Amino acid sequence: MTIDAPAWRDLPRRPVDAVALEARAKELATRSIKAASQAAAHELTIRCMDLTTLEGSDTAGRVRGLCTRARLPDPEDPECPPVAAVCVYPSLVSTAVEALAGSTVKVASVAGAFPSGQSSLELRLGDIRAAVADGADEIDIVMNRGAFLAGDTDTVVAEIAAAKAACGAAHLKTILEVGELGSYEAIRWASMLAMAAGSDVIKTSTGKIGAAATPPIALCMAEAIREYGDLTGASIGLKLAGGIRTAKQASHYLVIVNETLGTSWLHPDRFRFGASGLLNDVIAQRRFRATGRYTRFSDLPVD
Amino acid sequence: MNDRSAEPEPLAAAQTFAGYAPAPESTSIVTLADRYDLWIGGEWRPPSEGRWFPTVNPASGEPIAEIAEGSAPDIDAAVAAARAAFDGPWAATSPSQRSRILFRIARLLQERAREFAVLESLDGGKPIRESRDVDVPLAAAHFFYHAGWADKLDWAFGGGVHARPVGVVGQIIPWNFPLLMAAWKLAPALAAGNTVVLKPAETTSLTALLLVEVLREAGLPAGVVNIVTGGGDAGAALAAHPGVDKIAFTGSTEVGRSIRRATAATGARLTLELGGKSAHVIYDDAPLDQAVEGAVQGIWFNQGHVCCAGSRLLVQESIADAFTERLVARMQRLRVGDPLDKNTDIGAINSGAQLARITELCEIAESEGARRVQTTAALPDRGWFFPPTIFTGVDTSHRIAVEEVFGPVLAVMTFRTPQEAIAKANSTPYGLAAGVWTSDGARILWTAERLRAGVVWANTYNQFDPASPFGGMRASGFGREGGRQGLDAYVNLEAAS
Repeated sequence: MTIDAPAWRDLPRRPVDAVALEARAKELATRSIKAASQAAAHELTIRCMDLTTLEGSDTAGRVRGLCTRARLPDPEDPECPPVAAVCVYPSLVSTAVEALAGSTVKVASVAGAFPSGQSSLELRLGDIRAAVADGADEIDIVMNRGAFLAGDTDTVVAEIAAAKAACGAAHLKTILEVGELGSYEAIRWASMLAMAAGSDVIKTSTGKIGAAATPPIALCMAEAIREYGDLTGASIGLKLAGGIRTAKQASHYLVIVNETLGTSWLHPDRFRFGASGLLNDVIAQRRFRATGRYTRFSDLPVD
Repeated sequence: MNDRSAEPEPLAAAQTFAGYAPAPESTSIVTLADRYDLWIGGEWRPPSEGRWFPTVNPASGEPIAEIAEGSAPDIDAAVAAARAAFDGPWAATSPSQRSRILFRIARLLQERAREFAVLESLDGGKPIRESRDVDVPLAAAHFFYHAGWADKLDWAFGGGVHARPVGVVGQIIPWNFPLLMAAWKLAPALAAGNTVVLKPAETTSLTALLLVEVLREAGLPAGVVNIVTGGGDAGAALAAHPGVDKIAFTGSTEVGRSIRRATAATGARLTLELGGKSAHVIYDDAPLDQAVEGAVQGIWFNQGHVCCAGSRLLVQESIADAFTERLVARMQRLRVGDPLDKNTDIGAINSGAQLARITELCEIAESEGARRVQTTAALPDRGWFFPPTIFTGVDTSHRIAVEEVFGPVLAVMTFRTPQEAIAKANSTPYGLAAGVWTSDGARILWTAERLRAGVVWANTYNQFDPASPFGGMRASGFGREGGRQGLDAYVNLEAAS
């Protein structure tokens, strides 16, 4: 069933009570994830991970190394599932596509003048089309925060819709860059607009500014996704990026998603972590579960 | 365009994760005696009538210890010990020394927090998450707060007065927050220089008895706090005792009335914190998802065994269906079960008698035409449990809209205008607490001004702070606990000369 997205003007613009939102996020963080649930959390964290490298110094060699890691995150454990995707700059998409051929790992590319988005729409759409033409399965764009903060909602929505069209069959993840929006209400409203404009996934942040995903922000966006789903039947994905470095942090986010959106959201089609450092912590925790010994971080792969 | 409503094949790991494997808090930290005596005059004394009764773990129905059944002669002895301490060692203890003792009690409670939390959940059935995160930290906070007042009492009342202790205080506390209510009562009484006879609730004596260890270690002189466990007879003997200068009672309105009769014209001062049927008003401009959480916190905190529970939910008609739908979905996620599991949201009902009363009131509600919605997850097969419950289609004349259930049962009603919300909210003999949710600051003020309740929470519910006075009006009692207003009940003010 394809859902006709409602016009953004028809969507509710909800107030968000910051104190109560943060209290709920804190309460969810008290869930105690142990034993089999903890092992499952580690598996889900890996399966839902976009292994990311977004540096000016990225090379084909660096990306190939990351792709090898993505296929087999723990060289000592062939049972370890692959990550969901590798996320790179557009110029390195073809390298990643080649390196990941025959695997289930998707190729994601940031595109559209990442991370600021401050470029002409034509250039940004061209960036997307080029990445898709090179074989990207998923495109991560940034929302036009300038237009959003100026109140130019039509432009915000129209640009995302144009990006969606440029994506073709590729999945569109729209980055709100929550650290620049100023309030939970703005984050919730931006979430609604991004979904109404056709995004398959809404994403917190680029990782290029200090502020990034936090538990209350994840909760706020998950609540927006839930409401959008109630209104339209659409199941929009959530991607959290920036500052998620430990397996324990990740399992708190899994709790937030599970208790807000339901267990069916604990799936790489609907939930992602954008991270790089997180993987080694999860692998270290998995090895500890398996062997009872903590591994030295220097013994883990650097990619 | 790809299909945004596609349903992916669920992952086995997702199901495993979401089941939250059992995470039981260990009980090894608690050492229970087989049998507990009465704490009178700084020593353990057997009850005068030589009778003990079992205290039961409500999550299993099994007895865990025997508690002394105190009676009138024991109350006599306890009051005499309190009087002797009041005239003797406690009078000789300087205010700054009292302050230090209260600080020590607070610190010791923090140090032994896990032990108190486990014991509270074991004896009372409340989820460990709440005893660990709410009851014990707040109990310590009350001692910290009042430690600060102990040597500054004259300044608590605006200056120009001397604040003198009242004397021997009888304190009768309920079973819903056993340690916390003991702290609410003891901390201001001790800060002001009074001595105390404390009567814990029959089903939940253990944390008060463990508190004895803390009071001793903190250096509280013998006889300053005496603890007489037992049933209603011991409480009645304490309330009517001529040697008591003040009674503080938290519990049912019915017992509160009898205590008021018993203390009439005796000269004993009295504060009562009684029942409630508090209104929780949700306006159509409320932050919806947070208001749902507020409603959850309002009624399902501590299984609804909360005198100020937001048990009457008043939702503006224009959002009533959407709100109720969300609330029901949220209710289904509540995890009911072993109180000692760290992931349990709803623990055990405190006693078989309370479970029977909740069950009966729900049956009456159905027979009167209200519609019952409950969680569908299985309940534990032993112990006393009741599923979180919502009644919709409730009218103001239904008993479920009027009577205090003191359980996890919410009555949902609607209103059309703010004026109607106020009229319905105030249509109750009680007046303990109320809540309001709106994103309009002016409407918060307008509503709070008109709600007749001792406490009004705005865009939150069931928040407690030792600096904030708590208490009711009308059938919910009188007097305040916490803040400077709470100290007032424990002092006699004399003009400074």
